[in-house]
Amino acid sequence: MTGIAEETPVAAARELAVPALSLVVLVGASGSGKSTFAAHQFRRTEVISSDFCRGLVADDENDQAATPAAFDVLNYIVAKRLAAGRLTVVDATNVQPDARRKLVALAKEHDVLPVAIVLDIPERVCVERNAARPDRDFSPRVVRRQRDLLRRSLRGLPREGFRTVHVLTTADEVDAATVVRTRLYNDLRHEAGPFDVIGDVHGCRDELETLLAELGYAIARDGADRAVGAHHPSGRRAVFVGDLVDRGPDTPGVLRLVMGMVTAGDAFVVAGNHEAKLHRALRGRKVQVTHGLAESLEQLDAEPPEFRAEVERFIDGLISHFVLDGGGLAVAHAGIAERYQGRASGRVRTFCLYGDTTGETDEFGLPVRYPWADDYRGSAMVLYGHTPIPTPEWVNNTLCLDTGCVFGGSLTALRYPERELVAVPAARVYYAPAKPFPANPDAAPEAAGGAGRRDPDVLDIADVLGSRVIETGHHGRVSVREENAAAALEVMSRFALDPRWLLYLPPTMSPVATSTRDGLLEHPEQAFDAYRAEGVAAVVCEEKHMGSRAVVVLPRDAAAARRRFGAPGGTTGAVHTRTGRPFFGPARTEALLARLRAAAERAGLFDELGTDWLLLDAELLPWSVKALDLLRSQYAAVGAAAHSALPVAVRALETATAAGLDTAGLLDRTRSRLGNAAGFRAAYRRYCWPTDGLAGVRLAPFQLLASEAATYHDRPHAWHLDVADRLAVADPDLIATTGRTVVDTTDPESVTAATGWWEELTASGGEGMVVKPAANLVRGRRGLVQPGLKVRGREYLRIIYGPDYTEPANLERLRVRGLGHKRSLAAREHALGLESLERAARGEPLWRVHECVFAVLALESEPVDPRL
Amino acid sequence: MLLTVTMTRAPATDLGYLLHKHPQRVQTFEVGVGTAHVFYPEATEARCTAALLLEVDPVGLVRGRKGPAGDGFALGQYVNDRPYAASSMLAVAMTRVFKTAMTGRCEARPDLAAAPLPLELHVPALPCRGGPDLASRLFEPLGWQVGAASVPLDEQFPDWGDSRYVDLRLTGELRLADALNHLYVLLPVLDDAKHYWVSPDEVDKLIRAGGGWLGSHPERALITRRYLAHRATLVRSAVARLAEVDDTEPERLDNATDAAEVGEEGVGEEPERPVPLVQQRHGAVLAALRASGAQRVADLGCGDGALLARLLDEPAFTRVIGADVASRALERAERRLKLDRMPERKRERLSLITSSLTYRDDRLAGLDAAVLMEVIEHVDPPRLPALERTVFGDAAPRTVLVTTPNVEHNVRFESLPAGTMRHRDHRFEWSRAQFRDWAARVAAAHGYTVRFLPVGTDDPEVGPPTQMAVFTKAAGGNGVDEVSA
Repeated sequence: MTGIAEETPVAAARELAVPALSLVVLVGASGSGKSTFAAHQFRRTEVISSDFCRGLVADDENDQAATPAAFDVLNYIVAKRLAAGRLTVVDATNVQPDARRKLVALAKEHDVLPVAIVLDIPERVCVERNAARPDRDFSPRVVRRQRDLLRRSLRGLPREGFRTVHVLTTADEVDAATVVRTRLYNDLRHEAGPFDVIGDVHGCRDELETLLAELGYAIARDGADRAVGAHHPSGRRAVFVGDLVDRGPDTPGVLRLVMGMVTAGDAFVVAGNHEAKLHRALRGRKVQVTHGLAESLEQLDAEPPEFRAEVERFIDGLISHFVLDGGGLAVAHAGIAERYQGRASGRVRTFCLYGDTTGETDEFGLPVRYPWADDYRGSAMVLYGHTPIPTPEWVNNTLCLDTGCVFGGSLTALRYPERELVAVPAARVYYAPAKPFPANPDAAPEAAGGAGRRDPDVLDIADVLGSRVIETGHHGRVSVREENAAAALEVMSRFALDPRWLLYLPPTMSPVATSTRDGLLEHPEQAFDAYRAEGVAAVVCEEKHMGSRAVVVLPRDAAAARRRFGAPGGTTGAVHTRTGRPFFGPARTEALLARLRAAAERAGLFDELGTDWLLLDAELLPWSVKALDLLRSQYAAVGAAAHSALPVAVRALETATAAGLDTAGLLDRTRSRLGNAAGFRAAYRRYCWPTDGLAGVRLAPFQLLASEAATYHDRPHAWHLDVADRLAVADPDLIATTGRTVVDTTDPESVTAATGWWEELTASGGEGMVVKPAANLVRGRRGLVQPGLKVRGREYLRIIYGPDYTEPANLERLRVRGLGHKRSLAAREHALGLESLERAARGEPLWRVHECVFAVLALESEPVDPRL
Repeated sequence: MLLTVTMTRAPATDLGYLLHKHPQRVQTFEVGVGTAHVFYPEATEARCTAALLLEVDPVGLVRGRKGPAGDGFALGQYVNDRPYAASSMLAVAMTRVFKTAMTGRCEARPDLAAAPLPLELHVPALPCRGGPDLASRLFEPLGWQVGAASVPLDEQFPDWGDSRYVDLRLTGELRLADALNHLYVLLPVLDDAKHYWVSPDEVDKLIRAGGGWLGSHPERALITRRYLAHRATLVRSAVARLAEVDDTEPERLDNATDAAEVGEEGVGEEPERPVPLVQQRHGAVLAALRASGAQRVADLGCGDGALLARLLDEPAFTRVIGADVASRALERAERRLKLDRMPERKRERLSLITSSLTYRDDRLAGLDAAVLMEVIEHVDPPRLPALERTVFGDAAPRTVLVTTPNVEHNVRFESLPAGTMRHRDHRFEWSRAQFRDWAARVAAAHGYTVRFLPVGTDDPEVGPPTQMAVFTKAAGGNGVDEVSA
């Protein structure tokens, strides 16, 4: 009877264990103190109460008519929290089995453990408490009914699916209880590594010992010279992906070694499907003795019973997966989808042990598996085994380490976080695979492509569409708005190259602050001032070429194009525009690539940089190659109209003036406009010259963006320009150098000289220059310093601001231009560009690189003054 | 921009009375877009010329309009021919400056105003889509002798050819008011461009100004169509901005809803041809869908939703997805289908989604049939494998219908110059053999069988204008194409 407990003066303090990720269901009649208990034991935001939800939907926490709607809201919130991996407490009476069933289903749906905490408080106490609350006019009957329901439910709670049930029977007990959160077995986030993650061993003890030695472990041996442990001098730990047993020559030997390592804290092991089956067999269950189980059983039979018992205990204790290193690494035997990481349920275990099976079998009688890794978008690296493959291949930040040792392949480990593969070849074929397995990795046929090969290059619409936030290493989070993503999707889908070629889209660049000098909108002075103000002394001025921005993807040869990029579209590289569109058709692209490739070879760049591809930022000349349509329809047309209308107007005015009319400045203005129109024509004409094939085409590289596993934004521009110069020496007809001058912004003489240089450049019709921090990537007080500021020439700007912009009255108004948005855009796009290059260098999956490239395109569709 | 009006009947200086502008004075008028000046370069007994010179303020034009300066305006609007070319802005200026003359009233010389006079009009830079020939076709029926010379784009680049401007001289014996009205109405028609910076009510006035002569004009249809076509907005779309980033004409990229294709709605200036190929295509697609027994269907690349409307009319299609990569296309589909007024039951069956055929899209899973009607030819050939994977590998509906032009049939389109494609955005057009090869390869790779049907008249020599492939998932296909060992 509860009465007895109630009379007990002091209830013993009691710890209630609750898994750190679980759905805690409070069960108790109205007035049993659930809310107070919850408030003491959990964070306010962790507790979702039905009263609160009633209030949300009906403005009255006690409006029973609102109950169905309130529970809809409650379930929705709970689902969102559980999906996000947050412990959640449901504060409702939950005395009816039906209410609890829904919550248990919700927990299972999100693979978290349901926990019941029952407040089985005497009816009298509940009634008294309710009576003391003016907002509650429950009749005592209601409480009695609730308590009846509760008491009837108590025994069945475990059967309903509650893995943990805590019952508190007195008010004092409730007060004295403390909820203690327990770590899930799979939660090893506090283990930061470094680790050596080892693929399927399958009883290949020799190879395992060799591999451990190769990895630097010292192997401990017992009196019989059997390996019983291995310790790494610098404290690295091994993580086994499971399937230690079966098929191979020495399953007991492998277990002895690995169990020793685990006991000594030198290793972690997740369960493989073979361990699961061996466990059932050892416990005398009826299992089919296939797939190499017979070998294990036979070998274990030769061992003493104590060892077998130890093995049984060891295997029984294996869990399905680990989440390690603060959530950066997940290890499971057959892999693990993001939504299952750190979760616990039957289906999580099934996925971890067997993969994402479809229930079908293939022609070899093996289960057909869904290629879950193709869809993987999680932030944790997933390392797994289970499916033998000739060589490990990264797929969306996941890597299978089962290289079929027992089938005569090799035993492979990955050093984490270094991402280095270490493998030892199998001494021989120990077991004939059900499906042909290429024993020699080099002989892995290309024909294995086609339907059976995983395609890590699949991009999902969910990778790019909608409002998105991209985490960049240099500029924090960059947001992309939905409508801009939609515009980018259209252009990317309809006009751009295969995304595998697109590692980078150039960011926009801001002009300098507006000059106040007579007749000028832009002048170098503001660029030098701006960098000096950011604390940058050394800047480099680079001539602005009169062409189009081009990005060149230059693999060393066709093999490199295939290896690194998959050579989509049948070309061995790519030359694309700011929006990812190809400049030329395949034939002209190939011809250009061949010339560039030869130049890079002659310059020795591939060998020097240890790479088989280069990514170049460049300007492709003339502008008319790309923009001929626009030049004709827009620029030439304006020139033609002006030159058709203005001379006639000037003549008419001259005649009128000669006849004595007072044209009061109109003639002068019209003459001036005719002069402006001529200047405009001269300006765009400089961007046009005929080309035929590659004849007439010039490329001016100015920055090396990336190569295999490397980025170069930390190298000074002098280095980049030197690379460009070497290319130009190698093929001077095609490759143009970039004029430059180095400036000390704190030295007036240097500034004056550079200003003179710009004046000379623009006076002879040049477009202008770009001023960049000489050191390249520079951080200032407020984050990234603008990577470059353009200073455009007076005549060139006629193409941008219109022929008559130089008229003093026009210029005065044009000086009012807001640069803030453009600057911010330039900074965000620059950060995204760096991010995509760094992700590519780290070998991250295509979607991760594409996400940044796509975002640059999306930001480019933001409305900003196009003249800037 | 400039217009001169010359009278050659003595006393020619009476032109001053008719125009209500004194020949000895330079007069200036503020009009919305700038300043108009009227002066007489020549005023003799025998010959008198009045000049209307409109000084457009190019900076003022684009400031003070919607939004902050710069935002929302295409670069093309800053570097624009409007300050030089005789467009709707000049027409609007004419109504301000020559208002009374255009009504035909002249109290000083009423007989002169009512009489045909020997006149010469000169517009040195007339934007004229259709060239000198169209200028003749529009002005000659009105009693003018037309001298129209094309203006070269840039004499330094002769291979660029002629610009869209014509140096126009009209000579004839007409009432001055009629002469001015002709120009007033036809300048914007010939220009055939957006009425930049001209307010909508002024555009409406232009439309109404045809007076007595438009009704009997042989080119009446063209004149009205061009008027109505260009009341466009100044605000550029996000996609157009991307075109600009890449120095490309906005229309080149932002053309997803641009249906005009040879054989569809006629070409160029021809009135619409009665070839309802698009209807025949819908019919063929619907027939094939019905035959497949499909219930859940998607129109991939649905454009403005013409086929969706037909699909929704059939209750047998319980779920209809319209997918397009262009959000503007979907907006148009929404309007066309009157989504906001659609009955709930019907609305529930329809989803419009932004999707791309080169990205896998889970929302397209579980379909019975997918339609790619005149879509593949808008995809660059190197990107077709991605489309194939998305449609046949990932979405993998039981039935896939693909229609595409049959290039062999192009010779039957008289208006289509040899060797050109039916639409500017087409990346390729295939012969029947090419299409069959492609379809057979795709079918084999993804476990489909394929059959081919003609759409439109199956010409014995060159085949039908449109070709259709019907892909059917082979029995036993499991929808999981990628199997790992």
